Amino acid sequence: MNLTLHVWRQAGPEAAGKLERYEARDISPDMSFLEMLDVVNEGLVESGQAPIAFDHDCREGICGSCGMMIDGVAHGPMPGAATCQLHMRSFADGATIYVEPWRARAFPVIKDLVVNRGALDRIIATGGFITAPTGSAQDANNIPVAKQNADDAMDAAACIGCGACVAACPNGSASLFTAAKISHLGLLPQGQPERYRRAARMVAQMDAEGFGHCTLFGECQEACPKGISIDTIARMNRDYIAATLDARDEKVAGGTG
Amino acid sequence: MELRSRIPSGPIEKKWEKHCFEMKLVNPANKRKYTVIVVGSGLAGASAAASMSELGYNVKCFCFQDSPRRAHSIAAQGGINAAKNYQNDGDSVYRLFYDTVKGGDFRSREANVYRLAEVSVNIIDQCVAQGVPFAREYGGLLANRSFGGAQVSRTFYARGQTGQQLLLGAYQALEKEVSRGGVTMFPRTEMLDVVVVNGRARGIVTRDMVSGAIETHLGDAVVLGTGGYANVFFLSTNAKGSNCTAIWRAYRRGAAFANPCFTQIHPTCIPQSGEHQSKLTLMSESLRNDGRVWVPKRREDCDKPPSSIPEQDRDYYLERKYPSFGNLSPRDIASRAAKEVCDEGRGVGPGGRGVYLDFSDAIKRLGAARIAERYGNLFEMYQRITNENPYEVPMRIYPAPHYTMGGLWVDYNLMSTIPGLHVIGEANFSDHGANRLGASALMQGLSDGYFIVPLTIGDYFGSNRLEPVMADHPDVRATEAAVRERTERLLAVNGDRTVTSFHRELGRIMWEYCGMARSAEGLTHALELIPRLRDEFWRRVRVPGTGQELNQSLEHAGRVADFFELAELMCIDALHRDESCGGHFRVEHQTPDGEALRHDDRFAYVAAWQYGGEGEPPVLHKEPLLFENVAPSQRSYK
Repeated sequence: MNLTLHVWRQAGPEAAGKLERYEARDISPDMSFLEMLDVVNEGLVESGQAPIAFDHDCREGICGSCGMMIDGVAHGPMPGAATCQLHMRSFADGATIYVEPWRARAFPVIKDLVVNRGALDRIIATGGFITAPTGSAQDANNIPVAKQNADDAMDAAACIGCGACVAACPNGSASLFTAAKISHLGLLPQGQPERYRRAARMVAQMDAEGFGHCTLFGECQEACPKGISIDTIARMNRDYIAATLDARDEKVAGGTG
Repeated sequence: MELRSRIPSGPIEKKWEKHCFEMKLVNPANKRKYTVIVVGSGLAGASAAASMSELGYNVKCFCFQDSPRRAHSIAAQGGINAAKNYQNDGDSVYRLFYDTVKGGDFRSREANVYRLAEVSVNIIDQCVAQGVPFAREYGGLLANRSFGGAQVSRTFYARGQTGQQLLLGAYQALEKEVSRGGVTMFPRTEMLDVVVVNGRARGIVTRDMVSGAIETHLGDAVVLGTGGYANVFFLSTNAKGSNCTAIWRAYRRGAAFANPCFTQIHPTCIPQSGEHQSKLTLMSESLRNDGRVWVPKRREDCDKPPSSIPEQDRDYYLERKYPSFGNLSPRDIASRAAKEVCDEGRGVGPGGRGVYLDFSDAIKRLGAARIAERYGNLFEMYQRITNENPYEVPMRIYPAPHYTMGGLWVDYNLMSTIPGLHVIGEANFSDHGANRLGASALMQGLSDGYFIVPLTIGDYFGSNRLEPVMADHPDVRATEAAVRERTERLLAVNGDRTVTSFHRELGRIMWEYCGMARSAEGLTHALELIPRLRDEFWRRVRVPGTGQELNQSLEHAGRVADFFELAELMCIDALHRDESCGGHFRVEHQTPDGEALRHDDRFAYVAAWQYGGEGEPPVLHKEPLLFENVAPSQRSYK
């Protein structure tokens, strides 16, 4: 198949970007979207031009590296799939495709389709964990977890941190990402001691990073390649409210003396 | 070079405990005076960085991905073994040890494997405490399943995303330490050399992949958890970025490389669909628990729809050849058997490079809903890639390079032949011998990272006086200059062929001559082809752009340049190992029924190769393997 691409090219964070037109020829419908870009890039290098920069790694939908707006849709037209899992058979021969980076204030463009998603790591660092230093654990089966809770926690934990939810949100909110982690850990007995502290701190960090607020458009859930539900956002809001109602001064870990 | 394995004396069950007591400790107040550089943020790297920071060390952690959470451990699907014996089916630390030594075809170090089995139970405890959402039974307790090559149910799993969940557990612990200030994280930073001063590893030289800046980071010890090198085959199940550069650069600085030819070809991958293919996708081997592997008995049936081939015309070759393990036989055996039937012309799908993995019996027995519950996400993944529905049509699978058992040689303390340079996870030559059993990679990565290296590194600090090293030390400057020079050289070639075209060609050579079946003739031929292609690479490669920007072609070029050198060492090692063992199958050495034939009298050793210098052959050192607990025998899975 033959396609016409309009791809966002931007030399660096401060440079002005623009859409460039490329022809992709002799593309097999069995190629993934990224393999199609590989073909275009090989052609660009051979003709002495700079290849299109894009993040990618595992190419099987689990590392969360890849992600681009394809015809204005995060990860493109296939529901429940990351860009690397999208195959060219999803497009018609002769189609024109617009390819852009994630657009969000908290995700500055580094180059072409590559953006900086470091803000997501910083949200995790403020509270997206259970404090269980190595060596301190009891026998695993001493902590029974109701299967329903384990399953729901796993549903939320399936997040790959790609940032599609942010890119799809008209407010540029990272609520689905943050809520998924708050839900995963908050549903488990091991996560209870830090549950409210976690919610308060992660939500505060999300704000500090410049992500927008959630106004329940629900676009995030549609864009999520792992099908994470906005029910998690309800859970986050509940824990966050509980945390603010019960705000107490924090004393240093381990105490003094 | 002397290979001192430092295996503690005493009975195997007591070695680690005894060693833990005998190792030197570092006073808690002194730990913060030590800086440990950890390269890689996968299961091994992230767990090591987090655990050492918890102990009080100052940790700097580096990864080439944009976030430590994206390391390739994330893609592991099936599960993690542990000798918990929660299922009351007769499992024990000793049995896990025994299975792993046997599974590795008697080419691993007994003491290391025993320790791995021993700490396996702590790993599960640790991960559950961190909130890893393992599969559970209705009573709230952990679920288990059996996994390739094991006759007990000792595998813990989180749907088909076990690696993801374990890595997120380690990543979250790492981020916890980042926020506490114990770990400084350097994402999008690639290690390009190790700094050796007065014979000790004291730092690394990196390239900032966004700005292109070449920088030196100094410390008191370096830990490499940089994964395996299966991408030497170009097409593998590894992530596109997975590479050998960190361990290869360390090799060139004096770290011995052990058993480079021990690579694992995984039996259940989705076959290649065409020339454009950029990587191969693994389907978890858990599928073999319920799927039956077959090909048509007659060649002329291969192009027919599988449903039209009656039962009596199907060859369930694994069940036929290995009645007691059947579809669950170990990976090397299942892969080779698939290659054999395809070589006979009985393969299915494009190019006849595929075999069926059929779920129709299991669906009949358990119902489609039950199968969907077990493998739904895998079936979906398969359908997305192939456009075929595995509930209706049998899957097609074919072996693909997946894991590398070889790696940098380490002693019992996981330290390489460069003092201060520790190597963990897939990057070391590790505990898997000549073949790794399913669900053992995650176990080894986390064992090394959570429980071994945080302790042994203290012994290194406690037993050695480390002089301060300054950034203007001549050895530091020379290393940095060498990295700059090499980067500039890659950019200066300005030829007419892309990096990918070279990588693809190298991969084809390796797959053909150093893949599932190897021969002296083929390896000798490969050893002529590889240097020729490498010379061509340095004459004709085209790397567009500059070094002072995000330049993915430059990153790839540096990695491929190292793959060329490693490929040659792999072939040299494969040629020298004139026997078959595990995943290393030399066609000259097989039993009458086509199984790997070891020669314990000549090859019961670890082959550790020392860099001989530019243009010089590598030097072979041998670490003899002694089997005091598990007597070497011909593996039988019949």
